[in-house]
Amino acid sequence: MNNIKNAILGLLCSVLIVPAAYAGTLDTVKDQGFFNCGVSQGVPGFSNPDENGNWSGIDVDVCRAVSAAIFGDADKVKYVPLTAKERFTALQAGEIDVLSRNTTWTLSRDAQIGLEFAGVNFYDGQGFMVRKDSGITSAMELDGASVCTNLGTTTELNMADFFRANSMAYEPVVFEKADEVVNAYDEGRCDTYTTDKSGLAAQRTKLADPDAHVVLPETISKEPLGPVVREGDGDWADVVRWSLNAMIEAEEFGLTNSNVKTTCAMTSNPVVARLCGKEGGTGAGLNLGDSWSYDIVSLVGNYGDVYEKHVGENTPVGLARAGSPNASYKNGGVLYAPPAR
Amino acid sequence: MRPSKFSNFIFNRNVQGTFYQAITLSLVILGVYYIVQNTAENMMARGLASGFHFLGVESQFDIGMTLIEYSPTSTYFDAFIVGLLNTLLVAGIGIFFATIVGFAFGIMRLSSNWLIAKIAETYIEVIRNIPLLLQIFFWYFAVLRALPKPKESIEFMDSIFLNNRGLFLPDPNFSEGSSVIFYLFWITIVISIFIFIWSKRRQNRTGITFPAFYVSAALIVGVFFASLAATGFPVSFEIPELKGFNFKGGMKLIPELVALTFALSMYTAAFIAEVVRAGIMAVSKGQTEAARSVGLKEGLVLRLIIIPQALRVIVPPLTNQYLNLTKNSSLAAAIAYPDLVLVFAGTALMQTGQAIEIIGMVMGVYLFLSLFTSILMNLFNLTMKVGER
Repeated sequence: MNNIKNAILGLLCSVLIVPAAYAGTLDTVKDQGFFNCGVSQGVPGFSNPDENGNWSGIDVDVCRAVSAAIFGDADKVKYVPLTAKERFTALQAGEIDVLSRNTTWTLSRDAQIGLEFAGVNFYDGQGFMVRKDSGITSAMELDGASVCTNLGTTTELNMADFFRANSMAYEPVVFEKADEVVNAYDEGRCDTYTTDKSGLAAQRTKLADPDAHVVLPETISKEPLGPVVREGDGDWADVVRWSLNAMIEAEEFGLTNSNVKTTCAMTSNPVVARLCGKEGGTGAGLNLGDSWSYDIVSLVGNYGDVYEKHVGENTPVGLARAGSPNASYKNGGVLYAPPAR
Repeated sequence: MRPSKFSNFIFNRNVQGTFYQAITLSLVILGVYYIVQNTAENMMARGLASGFHFLGVESQFDIGMTLIEYSPTSTYFDAFIVGLLNTLLVAGIGIFFATIVGFAFGIMRLSSNWLIAKIAETYIEVIRNIPLLLQIFFWYFAVLRALPKPKESIEFMDSIFLNNRGLFLPDPNFSEGSSVIFYLFWITIVISIFIFIWSKRRQNRTGITFPAFYVSAALIVGVFFASLAATGFPVSFEIPELKGFNFKGGMKLIPELVALTFALSMYTAAFIAEVVRAGIMAVSKGQTEAARSVGLKEGLVLRLIIIPQALRVIVPPLTNQYLNLTKNSSLAAAIAYPDLVLVFAGTALMQTGQAIEIIGMVMGVYLFLSLFTSILMNLFNLTMKVGER
């Protein structure tokens, strides 16, 4: 509760008192030697702290990539865990500089509430999880169900749309924090738990008996998730956007975390040479050093490295990449980075 | 040299007082103007939407418990009303039970019976010293865990069902001809009020008592059932039925409401008990002794002598507890009870992003509720004042 109060107070104070001066985040960040990255309160595979308080996940790695690009060091980041409800307020109030917390890109968020989306690092869609012993195999059988979900997400709107479109009744049970949703679902308060499918896969690992639950095949919405920055600071948005693009392009050209040193030393491909920072001077336009993209790949990895490490099939989250929209466009996915030149 | 008329004017205390007050007032107005102006400018600069147009837009989300008709095509203003009513409901029920339980434990703690006094003391000290949020979680998950799944519901007479989705009750449907029953019901209530007034007056005049309570209770209940029978029971009950996942039809009490009201009233009752104890102890012992010496029974001593005097001490801090309970009800968000904070300062705020307007409205509501409660309690306190005779 205190976090919310702080966030709201922070917003009110900053909007009420501090004069508008939010350009120059990049300079401020360079001066102070770190930046604040807003993450979730624990979604395995996306942003999750271990027992020592070290954060990891694909959302965390976006922030690490930004840090690597700016400082040549992936760990100049302070992580601020936020609930879904607090996240935009925290960003608007300047408590965080980048919000990388499985946040869906929508028109109203982009246009109305002073946010700028810097790209998409995970293409997701909303789904439903049910108990296996309920015998349900399709979301169309959910008429009359109690549905657990959490507050402040597009999820609430999508489920209203879904049940309305299919003329089905339901009872929404909306919690403020994800952990309480999981708890209440586990205790049997709801017949189904709905959120983004990646979130379902991640939260399932927290249930008492993960194998007793199954995610239904239907995907009821488009959820492009990505990092967000404040509107009105183009330079900073560029740094975040191109840090993400560099990770995706590095994969397209076969530059991985493990081969980046050797490949860069002997490459003759001009695109790879630019990504390695040996040609083209791409850093100047972003006010970064020329090795920015090399640092991202060598310190954090390309998109594929990051995906397989945190949410791939060999992790507890276990989301297959092949055949999903998150595959590179070369493999039939929709991941496609504009050229870094 | 005599002081001039001008210096007389300047050093006049009233003139100086007005002068300084005018300065303070203009500073305050300037400050408010600056804040409002700056807020508007900053919101523009950051591309934040502003204004109250959103209140007329379709909300597009659902709410789990609504006291009025509501659907995703209703407006944000409707969502505001739904949240407000849910907050009022939980605060109203909470205040009712907290008062009863609080008075009971306050009086118990002063009991001369060691066991009763210790039970009350333990209750008060334990409940009062555990954070409310924890208690809410405790009751919520305790309630959820204790109750069975819908298919294994606990049944009473095949019409009342209890499971972890809530308590399902038959919903009375009044068909035509039932309006007579309601008119008669209200008429008997009015008659009973007259009976109370008449019996009180007669007692003051002649000293003869009249069992007004029993007579009017019998009148109300008797006439109600007599009219039901006379009109041929024009009431049908919609009985909840298990269909698919949940019970359909009938009335429903969700477990969130039960857990929240329970936690709020238990918690506030512990504080009210202490307020009551303080009030009773503030009545001097001589009053009790005098009452006993004129031969009043123990119950009457408490009801006629001690409580009326104690109320003067009790009411102001009791008002505080009522206000606390109302404000604490905003912890509902933690356990998914759709109160004003969860629905409006939660979902609606997230979907519109208009933090300033929405938080402003919510603060306004709590301010209004608090002031309104205070006014009611102050009026009540006036009737409790020492009567000058």
